[in-house]
Formats: sequence, C-alpha cells, structure tokens
Amino acid sequence: MFKKTLMAIAMSGTMVATSVQAGEVEVLHWWTSGGEARSIAVLKQMVEDAGHTWKDFAVAGGGGENAYTVLRSRAVSGNPPASAQIKGLEIQEWGDLGFLASLGQVAERNNWDDVLPAVVSDVMKHRGEYVAAPVNVHRVNWMWANPAVFENAGVSIPTTLEELWTAADQLQAAGVTPIAHGGQPWQDATTFESIVLAVGGADFFNDVFVEHNASALESDTMIQAFREFRKVKDYIDRGAPGRDWNVATSMVIRGEAAMQFMGDWAKGEFTAANMQPGSDYVCMAFPGTEGEFTFNIDSLAMFKQRTAANSEAQLKMAELVLSPEFQETFNLNKGSIPARTDMDMSKFDSCALASMDTFIATAESGQGLVPSMAHGMSTTSTVQGAIYDTVTEFFNSNMSAEDATTRLARAIRAAQ
Amino acid sequence: MSVTNRKGLDYWLPKLVLSPTIAITVIFIYGFVIWTAVLSFTRSRILPQYEFVGFEQYVRLFANDRWLGAMSNLLIFGVLFIAICLIVGLVLAILLDQNIRAEGALRTIYLYPMALSFIVTGTVWKWLLNPTVGIERFMISLGWESFVFDWIVNPQMAIYTIVIAGVWQASGFVMAIFLAGLRGIDTSIIKAAQLDGASLFSVYTRIIIPSMRPVFFSAFIMLAHIAIKSFDLIIALTGGGPGNSTDVPAIFMYQFSFQRGQLGMGAASAIVMLMTVLAILVPYLYSELRTPKNG
Amino acid sequence: MAKMSERRYSEITGRAVLYGILIIVAAYYLVPLLIMIMTSFRSMDEIRMGQLIELPRSFTLDAWHQAWNQVQIGARDELGLRPYFINSIKMVIPAVAISTILGALNGYVLSFWKFRGSELFFAALLLGCFLPFQAILLPQSQLLGWLGLTGSISGLVLTHVVYGVSFTTLFFRNYYVNLPGELIKAAKLDGAGFWMIFFRIILPLSSPILVVTVIWQFTQIWNDFLFGVVFSDPSSQPVTVGLNNMVNSTTGETRYNVDMAGAIIAALPTILVYVLAGKYFVRGLTAGSVKG
Repeated sequence: MFKKTLMAIAMSGTMVATSVQAGEVEVLHWWTSGGEARSIAVLKQMVEDAGHTWKDFAVAGGGGENAYTVLRSRAVSGNPPASAQIKGLEIQEWGDLGFLASLGQVAERNNWDDVLPAVVSDVMKHRGEYVAAPVNVHRVNWMWANPAVFENAGVSIPTTLEELWTAADQLQAAGVTPIAHGGQPWQDATTFESIVLAVGGADFFNDVFVEHNASALESDTMIQAFREFRKVKDYIDRGAPGRDWNVATSMVIRGEAAMQFMGDWAKGEFTAANMQPGSDYVCMAFPGTEGEFTFNIDSLAMFKQRTAANSEAQLKMAELVLSPEFQETFNLNKGSIPARTDMDMSKFDSCALASMDTFIATAESGQGLVPSMAHGMSTTSTVQGAIYDTVTEFFNSNMSAEDATTRLARAIRAAQ
Repeated sequence: MSVTNRKGLDYWLPKLVLSPTIAITVIFIYGFVIWTAVLSFTRSRILPQYEFVGFEQYVRLFANDRWLGAMSNLLIFGVLFIAICLIVGLVLAILLDQNIRAEGALRTIYLYPMALSFIVTGTVWKWLLNPTVGIERFMISLGWESFVFDWIVNPQMAIYTIVIAGVWQASGFVMAIFLAGLRGIDTSIIKAAQLDGASLFSVYTRIIIPSMRPVFFSAFIMLAHIAIKSFDLIIALTGGGPGNSTDVPAIFMYQFSFQRGQLGMGAASAIVMLMTVLAILVPYLYSELRTPKNG
Repeated sequence: MAKMSERRYSEITGRAVLYGILIIVAAYYLVPLLIMIMTSFRSMDEIRMGQLIELPRSFTLDAWHQAWNQVQIGARDELGLRPYFINSIKMVIPAVAISTILGALNGYVLSFWKFRGSELFFAALLLGCFLPFQAILLPQSQLLGWLGLTGSISGLVLTHVVYGVSFTTLFFRNYYVNLPGELIKAAKLDGAGFWMIFFRIILPLSSPILVVTVIWQFTQIWNDFLFGVVFSDPSSQPVTVGLNNMVNSTTGETRYNVDMAGAIIAALPTILVYVLAGKYFVRGLTAGSVKG
C-alpha cells in the first residue's frame, strides 16, 4: 500500500494522483431541467462513485448569460469554480487570462488526441494544452418536418432552397403555416446561418463567420443570403416574434406547421410527445446543406484550484466526461452525439446516427464541417453579438439586403 | 443624567445613528460609481483591467446602433409607466379609502402582481398578448372576427405592451403608498373642511392631494427605480424584440458587460445612463427638497 | 322627505358605481393569475396537444408536487424548489429587518433632528435609488471576496441592506415630514430625549409607513434575481434562482404546468406578507390624537 502510494507520487510528479484523495468539484453549468438535468446527474454520480464530492452550481438562462455573469463575479472575487460550462472561443479568452488548468496528463493517459476529431480538440486546447473537456456535439443545421402535413398538402419534403420555397407556397395554399419559427435573436441567427451555408457553401461560411473576410462579407453572395433569409418571413405566422423554440416545435408536433429549423435538441420535444423518428417526424439536413455539418460543442472548462485534492477531483471529472459510458448516457438524453468518434452507437436513433455519419465524413474529408456562429463556436461573443443585432434587426424591419450586408460588415469590424 | 450631558448626547446621537448609512453611501454608492467611471476609460473586456484608452468606449457606445434606440425606449417606457402608475395608484387608493367593505381582499388583489416574479409571469403575459394565443384569439372566438391586438409582434408598438405589463405589476404598490399617505393625514383637518361645507371632491383636490406631495415624491422615485432597472420584465416579455425594438439600457449594459466581453463599453453605458437620469431628476429633487414641507 | 330619499338613492348608485369600478379593476389584475392557476392543473400532454390558454380538461395536482419537492433541478441532491425556498427565508428576514430599522431611524433623524448637511446627505443618498445594479456587480463581488462573504447568505443580506437603505430612508423621511412638528417640539420641551421621542411618539404613529416599507423591502428582496444569482453559491441560492433554473432551460423540454405551480409557490410568502401587513393599514393619526 505504502509502496503503491510512493510510486504514484513518483509517477505523477507534483501531483498526488491515482491514490484517491477526496476532493470537491464545483461545477457551474446551465443544464437545469428535463433531459439536460438527467444527463448531468449521471456525471455527478460517476464523480461521487470515484470518491469525490460534487457541488452542483446550476444557473440557467438563455445560452448561459447568467452563468457567464456568475463566473465573472466569482473570478473577480478570487474563487472561480472548479469547472464551468463555457465553450468555443470563450475558452481561449479565459485561457489568455491565465485562469485555466492544464488537463495534459489526463488527455495523454486517455489518448484524447486519438479519440477526438481535430475540430473538437482544437476548441478544447489553449496554446496546445487541453484545458476543457467536450461533452457532446450538436448538429445545428437540422430541419424537423411533420410528414403527415406534407402528405396532406401533396408536397414532398424539400432538399434544396428552391424546393423549400415552392413547397412553402404549396403548404401555405393548403392552409398550414409552412415554417414554425420563434422570433428570438438566437433563433433568427440559427436560421440565418443555415441559409448562409446553403447559399454560399462551407468555405464561404468560414470566410464570413470565422475569418470575417471583408470581401466575403460584402459580396453578392452575402446579399443573396439576406434575400433568401427575408423569404422565410413570408412563411411564418404572425405570432412568431418572441416565441420560444419549443412552442414552435409543438406547432410541428400538432401539425399546425409543417417544419422547423432547429438544432438536434428539438428531438427531445418530439420524444416527449411519443413520436417516432422516421415515421411520425422526419429529421433532415436544412435544405441545401445535405452532407454539411454545423457543429455546436458543449464543454466543461477547468479552472485552476487552490488545493491538490480539488485539482485531483477536477482531473478525475475531466477523465469521466470523456468516458464512453458518460458520453453515451448524456447524449442519449440530450439528442446530440458523442464527441468521441470511436463509440458503439447501437443505442442511438436514426437521427443521431445520420448526424454521426455526416460528422465523421466531414471531419475526415475536411469538407463541409463548420462551427456554428449562432451558438458561439465560430467567433468571440463580441462579434457574435454584433451579428445577432444586425440579423435580428434585418429580419424584423424593412431593411434592404444590401443595407444589411453593409451594416453587418461594419458591425463586425467595430466589434473586432 | 445631567441636563447638559443629555444635550450633548442629543447632539451626537442623531449623527451616530446616521453614520452606518453614511458609510454605506460613501462606499457602496459613490465608491462603486467612481469605480465604474474609471472602468469606462479602460479597455476591459471579460474582466476588469486597467489599460486606459480615453474616451474610446464612449465613442463606440454612441456608434452602436442599439444604444440610442435603447435610451429612447427607456424614455417612452419610463414616462408612460410612471404617469399611468401614479394615476391608477392614486385613484385606487382614494376609492379604497371610502370605507370599502372588502378593502383587505381588494387591496391584496391589487398588490399581488408585485409578488410574482416576472421570470414566469412574463410567460403568461407573452401568451396573453400574442395574437395567435391570447386576447386576440379569445375575442375572435367570441365572434368578433375583425379584432386585432398584435402590439407585441409589431416593432412599432411592442414597447407599449411592456407598459401594460409593468403597470399591472407596479400600480398596486403605488396604491399602497398612497393609501398609507392618506391614512397618515390628520383627519381633523378633513372633518373641519367638511363642516365648512366643502364637498368631498374639493376636500381631495384642495387639501388631501396637495398635502401628499412627499408621498408622490416617494412613489415617483420608486417608480423611476423600477423603470430604470426593468430588466426581468422585458427579458421575459419580449427579450428586447421584435428585432431590437424593446431594447433598454439595463439589457444593453448587462449583455455587453457580461455576455459579450465588452465590460469597458458596458461601464460607459452605465455612466451615460446614470448621468442622463440625474440630469432629468436633479431639478425635481432640488425643487422637492428645497421647499419647506407642506401639509 | 322626497329629497332625502333622492339623496339616499344617489348615494346608493354612487356606492354601486364605486364597487363596480373596483371589481372591474380587480378582474384586470386577476386574469394572469387565473391563467397560471389553470395551467398548473393541466397535464403537459394536454398543453402540448391543445392551446396554451384553455380551461383544464383534467385536474391534477401533480405539477404542484413536482415543483415543490420532486423536480430535478440541475444535479442537486435535494429536489424541487424547497431548498431554495428555505434559503430565501433565511435571507429575507434579516435583510428586511435591518434595512427597515435603519430606514426608520434615518428618516427620524432626517425629519426631526436635522443638522448642518443632513438635507444634502439625504439628497446624496437618493442617488442609490437610481443606480443601475448591473454596474455594481463586479465591485461588490470583489468587496464580498475581501470580506470572505462570497456566495454566503450573509453576503446577500449585506448587499440587500446596502442597496435597500436608500428606499427605506426615503419612505420614512417623507412620511415623517408630514407629521406635525409641534408634536416633537412639545416633547423636547418636556425633556424627552432622542430615543424616548422615537419609541413613545414616532413609532406608534408609523404603522402605515412601516407596512409599506416592509412590503416594498420584502418584495424587492424576495423577488430579486440579479443579486441572488450573482452573489450566491449552490448552498445559498434563493428561490428566484431556483425558479429560473427550473423554467429557463435552453435545450431541455419546458413544462409549463410545473413552471406555473412553481411561480405561485414562490410568490406565496410575499402574498402572505401582504395579507398580514394589510391589517396595519390603519389610520396613524386620528382626529383628536393631536392637539394643535
């Protein structure tokens, strides 16, 4: 026993690893209800089984707005939590400020570089070191359709933008709302980015939302994208502004509307209504983005801790986050797919399988895999906010597509 | 205790009693305002940092399309909200002060909206105001086919729906303040006036309402406070939309400071807002505090 | 005789109109609450497949049980709103008591024991009423960190007292200013001291404003979300944060029935305060109690 401990100390250098020293992990997250809460409870159980304590710091609100405020407050007061649900470029900003702890050892021991595709691991690393652990990959460019509604109207489910508008016209003539939409900035942005992907393709998407390339931002393609986005407005109902996304999903479930453009979390609502994928509802790529994948990765970043015991608990948690067991349970509950690509997917449904296939194919070919702007993966929150403001202002006013393009370019420049 | 000793005590005691509040004011109010002002001249992004950039954050603030819209929305909302609440509150208080049988029950009904957190109540208001779910649909189902009430989805009118919900929430408390004020008035004055043959109406307009000036003042400040900080209300009802049509400075400040990593600009917006509010209110405060007391 | 009955008649119509108005206004105030109660009795299947606003076709109290102690909020051990509710109670009682007492004393000093600069101080204090609270979150976090109060209920109490005292002082001062000054002058001439005047004369006259202040402070502190979310930690989060966590999930499913039940549960203590405090909404000064 003594020898074992000694060896462990020797092996792990400065840290007192492997021999369990009970620590506490305080986890700041906004997975507070329903399937999300069930998912995070699994991780908690695993951490506790490993002999550590879990302090659950849940703060809901929008896309984590309130949790971000709490995180800043805690950082200023000198007591950041062990781990926080932050994602995308936000991870880099906290890393730059020197708050994040390295997960290098855990990552190496568990071959993270091999099991995670490069697009995922790039987001998790700060200056080449892992500082965060991914919990899932959401696909954002989904379309959720009610096949019965399409059938009744004698319309087939669209796969290109052109078909979408024709189908929408026919559906409208048949007396249903073609598109269920919730008019909130993030939902406007979610639809807009799918249209940009459909109109301009993946490279153009990257030029605009990742590189903020001036020529792409002010190109005719961008104007075209805004024009197509404006068309959506003709096919939504009057009650759309301010509507929550799940209320829009209910419209599709009840057959009042034909389709909704939303990420794969919408599946939870269909499941809760006892509907089966493939027969009762259909998941398809957003028209014109078949074979392309807009990703949104949730992750837990690790903050430097004051005590060795807490650091150890934190590392253990990072390891557990990437365990196949957790990845499977969490993502079955949440509608997303695991971040590891080497998993047994037999328990997942057809939508998740389709998602995984496209994810692996695009990750390997390097073609068509793009970070979601609407969900904070492609750019800083500052630039993302500027895009939100312009997109939602355009959608809710009579601004011309040309003006919108100019304003977007200007807003992005000002925010950089 | 000798007389002189007591005099000394009565001289120091009031100051001693006030001293904790003086400390609070200096640190938590003025100290923090100064800190925010300092921050507004720095490049601070996600956390405070002290690299000074002059007025750059203010320049960016006024170049932002949303800021002026947010300020003018606050003005529209603030004026309507305060005026309507004061009127409704005063009228309800006077009516309730007429020896109403069920005063306790009615008072609680008028007050209860204040008790409900807008985190959920906002959802209900959103339903009520939404044309496809709420009042409009209800009226149409009653047979009034042409009834239209779609302010909440109309960018030009949405701000007024915030006023409706805001008045619903806060006017009951204004009623309570006025009711307390009415009950603090010396009834012998009223009795005397009535004996002199004054009508009930003129007793109110000539004697009671003028003597309630300090109460108006309290109610006004409280309403101004609610209007300035109104945040939950708007987030829950419209989230600032449609578009940015119901954006207000409190939302702007919170978003830029804490979600969008522009703490410096958020601080600049706080300072501009505070200065604007003071520019409007200080003359009123001055006239109110300067005049010798009424009543 | 005819004139008498005519007068009586008009008095009765007057009363009827009065009650009519009060009841119509009451209906406007009650509609949202009725919708909340109705929704809380419906099942989620019924809501999803029917309309959002509709009379319940079935009746179940399930949502209320869920909200109180069954629903899983985040990954906490304790379920439902109950633990948050208890935190709120621990926070609201000291915070309301301290800020109200401070306000009453301040108002008393500022009305009857003025000294050079006291008016100016009162004006300066009022800035606290217009402070956008979003702007003071970070310095307050830093300060609480220094005091070792990060994430504690004491820290929340301190914050609420500090930002409530402007209001409580304002309320009391503006009420006391209206009390006849002769009252205090006479007492001073009789040799009554600072505390004696406060406890014997002023406090007994204060019940209406005391009620208003307690209602205001209780409501503000109980319903506060911003301070509650920023200055708390998992062991001290108040009920508004719990409610928000229950209601505001981004990608989880939304259960309106549980949300509505939760909102009503969270509002019950405040409503109770309104009912209880209402009893003291009586006249402070009655005819004859003051000799001019």
